[in-house]
Amino acid sequence: MNRFPLWKYVLIGITLVVAFLYTLPNFFGEVPAVQVSPVRTSEKVDTALLGQVESALKAAQVAYNAVELAGNSIKVRLASTDVQIKAKDVLQNNLGERYTVALNLVSASPPWLSSIHALPMYLGLDLRGGVHFLLEVDMKAALEKAAIRYQNDFRTELRSDKIRYGRISRAGNAVTVHFATRDQRDAAANKLGSVFAELAFSPEDQAEGFTLTARLKPEAQTKVQEFALQQNITTLRNRVNELGVAEPVIQQQGASRVVVQLPGVQDTAKAKDILGRTATLEIRMVDEQADPLAVSQGQAPFGDDIVASREGGNIAVKKDVVLTGDSITDASPGFDSQSGQAAVHINLDGKGARIFKDVTRENVGKRMAILLIEKGRAEAITAPVIREEIGGGRVQITGMETAQEASDVALLLRAGALAAPMQIVEERTVGPSMGAENIDKGFHSNIWGFLAVVSFMVIYYRVFGLISSVALAINALLLIALLSMMQATLTLPGMAAIALTLGMAIDANVLINERIREEIRAGLTPQAAIHAGYERAWATILDSNLTTMIAGIALFWLGSGPVRGFAVVLCLGILTSMFSAVTVSRAMVNLVYGRQARLTKISI
Amino acid sequence: MLEFFPFKKTIPFMSWGKATTAISLLTFLFAVWALWDRGLNLGVDFTGGTLIEVRTDQPADLHVIRTALEKTGLPEISVQNFGTSHDVLIRLPNKGEANAAETSNRVMAALQSVDATIELKRVDFVGPQVGKELYDSGALALLLVAFGIMAYLAIRFEWRFAVAGMLGNMHDIVIILGMFAFFQWEFTLTVLAGVLAVLGYSVNESVVVFDRIRENIRKMRGATIPHIIDDAITRTMSRTIITHGSTQLMVLSMFFFGGEALHNFALALTIGIMFGIYSSNLVASPLLLMFGVKREHFIKPVEKKEEAVV
Repeated sequence: MNRFPLWKYVLIGITLVVAFLYTLPNFFGEVPAVQVSPVRTSEKVDTALLGQVESALKAAQVAYNAVELAGNSIKVRLASTDVQIKAKDVLQNNLGERYTVALNLVSASPPWLSSIHALPMYLGLDLRGGVHFLLEVDMKAALEKAAIRYQNDFRTELRSDKIRYGRISRAGNAVTVHFATRDQRDAAANKLGSVFAELAFSPEDQAEGFTLTARLKPEAQTKVQEFALQQNITTLRNRVNELGVAEPVIQQQGASRVVVQLPGVQDTAKAKDILGRTATLEIRMVDEQADPLAVSQGQAPFGDDIVASREGGNIAVKKDVVLTGDSITDASPGFDSQSGQAAVHINLDGKGARIFKDVTRENVGKRMAILLIEKGRAEAITAPVIREEIGGGRVQITGMETAQEASDVALLLRAGALAAPMQIVEERTVGPSMGAENIDKGFHSNIWGFLAVVSFMVIYYRVFGLISSVALAINALLLIALLSMMQATLTLPGMAAIALTLGMAIDANVLINERIREEIRAGLTPQAAIHAGYERAWATILDSNLTTMIAGIALFWLGSGPVRGFAVVLCLGILTSMFSAVTVSRAMVNLVYGRQARLTKISI
Repeated sequence: MLEFFPFKKTIPFMSWGKATTAISLLTFLFAVWALWDRGLNLGVDFTGGTLIEVRTDQPADLHVIRTALEKTGLPEISVQNFGTSHDVLIRLPNKGEANAAETSNRVMAALQSVDATIELKRVDFVGPQVGKELYDSGALALLLVAFGIMAYLAIRFEWRFAVAGMLGNMHDIVIILGMFAFFQWEFTLTVLAGVLAVLGYSVNESVVVFDRIRENIRKMRGATIPHIIDDAITRTMSRTIITHGSTQLMVLSMFFFGGEALHNFALALTIGIMFGIYSSNLVASPLLLMFGVKREHFIKPVEKKEEAVV
């Protein structure tokens, strides 16, 4: 009765072999590597670049172990961290600014393991060191910004149809157009209603005139918010690329938040500075008619805003926005070909280029201000004079004091303005040494606990204890294999969960062993006792594991970060323990005792 | 055969009902008092704020560090040693500043001006909104787990078992929380995960005993209910001690080798395991008796089969 059919042994055998294979990469450790990836995510890495990397390294006589294409990046395996830094410098100089070159660690497991997607466990930031940021997008500001855009668009539309209007005001995200007559208002309502289907218009007759108020329809609001979030994620991705991080994670979380994880980043202050920069860009005309005295005292003339200038003092700029940062496709630092001054070269997209051409044609000799708006405070980075009509969307700005400043401004422009301001609402930084320490601690917690449990089991239950211990070791193997296969993030609480599930998994074997002892005491033959022990304990094991599973699922569902890592391991551990403690241990018992027809004594 | 608990006779646990109920009630009330009077010492995860851990080459001079930090003008800075004399923990509350995320940069700059070798080990910054959300979702998780397990027990057994099992476990949770409040141990997200794991784990214990009770009800036809419960507890006693012992070995290993990060987590589990043994046997079972569990709840009367009308 204690025999398994052959297929069960085969199945268990296959499971163990597969588990072993996928656990294997974790034992090989990591080697230093340099990772090359394109700055713009739209660009692809190909074999031509691979050749370029190889020849650059050969030319500089940097010894490397292997060069491989992995996803959209190239990884160069190196012998030591000294060579790693040298290789990074060589490649950075050779490949230029289109590619980021980052230091990385890659698994040292042999290629045939990687080819079956057997990778080491994916370590969380608390184990490998790095920075985790949670950023929140200011959705109110995103909607207000959309409203400001509509203010401008209304003006253009009404002018092109020659519909006379008074002023266009904005309160929050509602835009109100004022008219002298009802006919004008109705004509405008028709016109605007047909052009802007995403807006809801409500006419109102007031004592001082007629108004038309436009608000975004709820579904259009969600769209604006989704767009703002997507745009910010793209911007963040570009900024992170500027930082040169090997495996960054940038993900949406909920409706208004973005998670940014930068493994291995050591200079957290710089990372925070670049990511947390909540700058938006606007190009507006300078109001040349404004009274300089009033401006210097901070009194804004009608229709103007007063902003601080980087060169000192205040300047008055028109409220109308010519262009926003969205229109800028590229920006690079350089020098003016005539004067040799530091300059920034900007490329605009098609629509931006057209607008820019019109505006510069009409305003030759006047000044145009580029505003950097950070945390609600606007600052004019520069306010150059328009010398001539600028077509083709290529703009050069001079007036920067140093090359460094030009490069800073270019980075800001290139990284793209954010659709709406963002704020860091959560930060978790773990230093590199701390990560290694945490791995050590987690590992030691597991190994000593495991040894203690195993010695107890073997002393107390002898052969059955040994079988239980082997089953427990197999449980650990299965769990690590599963975590490696799924590439689930392993955190320190996750390592604690491994220890905890191992401690709890032995429960199933204790239940079974106790039950067998009891059945023997009740007078059953050893074979019958083994059979009854496993059968009767099964219901209890299932019940008790399912209740823990409920806790695990709730934790996964509601938990964040470290807690979620804990929950994943807890749930997986329960699944593997049911298999190893019941099926695998039974197979071993059957192998040891099942064949003996006249078994009179078992070691339990 | 090595046996710790060779009980031949059934131990009359249920007759100790009054004493155990009194003990439970006292510890429970004590825990509730501690929670009410002292409150939990919530970590940065829940309150929001900044926590910075640094390591110094020489044993850290907290006075020098404090003076350096006071110059930054940041309010209510607390500086203390953490584990060893080389490790320093700095805490700052959120003070409604717009760029609270910059705080850690300012602190590190101030620290490096007095000691350039100082090494940043960890920064946790949690904004006020996020802290509140973590607190809310933590509380929600606790409720959800409690109800989920209760529903499971109700389906698998009977509502009396579900309520008894849950009350027994809530008793453990309140005692863990009470201990944390009384000793003002820091309550973090990891500790919360530990508490929830205890909730799931400690129900295991009740389930094992309940399973036995159900089995006995079907088997021991002549016995009274208290005797059936006593028998179930006595026979699972040895397993109870051994499994909890094994889990405790693992937890102790975490306690000693897991460092500060897992220290309080292991502590919560230890209290949970200790009280789990006690509560599932000596709290849940008497409650079951009190709710009036009967043989009929498990042995269904034979249903009369109705003939199909042709």
